[in-house]
Amino acid sequence: MQLLEGEKELILACVDEVLSNNSKNRENLIPILQKVQVRLGYLPPLAMEKIAEGIKVPPADVYGLATFYNQFRLNPPGKHQVKVCLGTACYMAGGDITLESFERRMKIKESETSPDRLYSLERVACVGCCTMAPVVVVDEEVEGKVTPTRVDGIMLALNEENDKSNLEQEPEQGRMDSDELK
Amino acid sequence: MSEYVNITIDDRQIKVRAGEKLLWAALDNDIYIPHLCAIREKERPNAGCRLCFVEIEGDTRPATSCTRTVEDGMVVRTRTPRVDRLVKTAFELILSDHNLKCRECPANRNCALQTIAKKRGIKLRQGRFKTIVREFELDESPDDFAFDRSRCVLCGQCVWADREVAKTGAIGFANRGLNRVVTTFRDRPLAESNCAKCTFYADVCPVGAFYYKKAAE
Ligand code: SF4
Ligand code: SF4
Ligand code: FES
Ligand code: FES
Repeated sequence: MQLLEGEKELILACVDEVLSNNSKNRENLIPILQKVQVRLGYLPPLAMEKIAEGIKVPPADVYGLATFYNQFRLNPPGKHQVKVCLGTACYMAGGDITLESFERRMKIKESETSPDRLYSLERVACVGCCTMAPVVVVDEEVEGKVTPTRVDGIMLALNEENDKSNLEQEPEQGRMDSDELK
Repeated sequence: MSEYVNITIDDRQIKVRAGEKLLWAALDNDIYIPHLCAIREKERPNAGCRLCFVEIEGDTRPATSCTRTVEDGMVVRTRTPRVDRLVKTAFELILSDHNLKCRECPANRNCALQTIAKKRGIKLRQGRFKTIVREFELDESPDDFAFDRSRCVLCGQCVWADREVAKTGAIGFANRGLNRVVTTFRDRPLAESNCAKCTFYADVCPVGAFYYKKAAE
């Protein structure tokens, strides 16, 4: 994933700040990763390397931890975030096929983000509306009975929205303004 | 406390160093107990492979011998129906995602899995669990050795060698569940990591996952 303009500085500043406010020991690795992710939205490789350096553990260990827990994401959240439910009910109703349809449409795999950062795709466990299986959460909206045809519809709507916002305004700034760091 | 304790394993009385773990006490005395993940120098054993079960008199259930410290007067059995069943299941599970092609494997005839199969009379090819062999790219980036993760049994020997012997920190475990792997930071080829290419990995790997390229020829 290519870093946005200014993102590198942002990452370095963020990691510095988090490290200086936490004792730099191994036991603190999880809270440190959590704090960095809250600020940056994800755990960029550069952040993981700097954290590893800061608390003196091999980067491979930080990577191991970040890939073990579902709460950590290694790719930035897209402008549109799609979460496909693969809980028991949704899985039985074909949630995996829904996920595959999104993967094909977005040309990314589950847990990835498109290079333009417009879309990110995740799998989640039961979101609590099994009667509507297979369920997908698009940004904050819950969509039920999402068949591959419905996936096409959702993607179409998202694409239209993107085109519109492109016309209305200049390309957006990277979503992480340095103000957010304060 | 005296320096040595007396224990009985499979009706044999042996004198072993106090504080020793049962597994090593047995192996030192040529009593075989299957094992993959145990590392003698490691203070807190991973106890992940679940192959080293034994039954200890007075215990209600079998115990992993790599985690149990010897006690004076301990009476141990390495083969009981319960132990055999546990070991067989663990072995089958380990093999259920193993790319079993011994004839093409550099570890053929020098492989811990083959040893366990032979010593315990368990077939390497088994049918109880669905076999899921994952696709991995072969990592041949280092000069002298290669890494085929489809044969990895996740024993952790290479990670230990990397940390404690080579002191590099190039590899570690990543992901979870069926996707668990040994890999480098960000899953890069070894040559792109800080791997010192010292070949320790190939020395300690009990199966054909890390292997010398020479051996594969
Ligand atoms: S690692 Fe051992 S059991 Fe597996 S293919 Fe190689 S020789 Fe056979
Ligand atoms: S590569 Fe070999 S030594 Fe390393 S965890 Fe896998 S089987 Fe064990
Ligand atoms: S399993 Fe998908 S909402 Fe419950
Ligand atoms: S050697 Fe005891 S659990 Fe692996």
